[in-house]
Amino acid sequence: MIELITFLILVGVGYFIGNRREQKHYEDIKRREKQTLHIPIMSWGAKQDLPYAHEAEMFVGSVVVANDYFKTISASLRNLVGGRVTVYETLIDRGRREAMLRMKESAIEWGASQVLNVRFETANIAGQSQNGGTGAVEIMVYGTGIR
Amino acid sequence: MTRSTARSTGITLTTLEGVPGKEIIEHYGLVQGSTIRAKHVGKDILAGFKNIVGGELKAYTELLQESRKEAVNRMLEQAEQLGANAVVNVRFATSSVAPGAAELFAYGTAVKVQ
Repeated sequence: MIELITFLILVGVGYFIGNRREQKHYEDIKRREKQTLHIPIMSWGAKQDLPYAHEAEMFVGSVVVANDYFKTISASLRNLVGGRVTVYETLIDRGRREAMLRMKESAIEWGASQVLNVRFETANIAGQSQNGGTGAVEIMVYGTGIR
Repeated sequence: MTRSTARSTGITLTTLEGVPGKEIIEHYGLVQGSTIRAKHVGKDILAGFKNIVGGELKAYTELLQESRKEAVNRMLEQAEQLGANAVVNVRFATSSVAPGAAELFAYGTAVKVQ
């Protein structure tokens, strides 16, 4: 009985606090994305001549995001029937956008006019989760800023 | 925070196949650097709490940033020994070798530009 109560409390806490934090994070991401819109991000650029570029430097943005308790439970329930796991989709999406923004912001600080040849790297960090599910995900975005 | 070029060594890092505006005059081949970091127990416990409410694990982000810098620095050391002044086409790779430990690997081509 006590176990069930703790479980429900954890799910509730995960759902309410996790959701609120996610909404806040999304608001923050959208605001910063608007601020940094003037810098184009390209995934090409390695093989082109860039006569307009005088200086180049590499920029990296990384973030580690963890899922909340509600998401863990809801994803394991989703595992029974299969299909899209939307709770994880938003988690990864948040992480990618955050990492990208960090890279962009440091490039802007340096004075970059655009960021070329951007690559993404995702790694699963087997954290605290016993069931082997996604404990935390590290996302790294890197590219070359030119000016 | 996220600037990765080691200013002290004066070596330029790019993910492109060259350094824009400069011509490559010599190739030195592949240079690499890697590091494996384990997590701090205290940080792991805190991360366990964080798994209830979700969100960014700042302690881990910092840890990975440190190890990335370490890996890049090792790569730069190699490049410096070869006499390069730029490392082009840099790539990163990560893997978790054991529970609680993560490897970060950086590699690129050392070159000399004008």
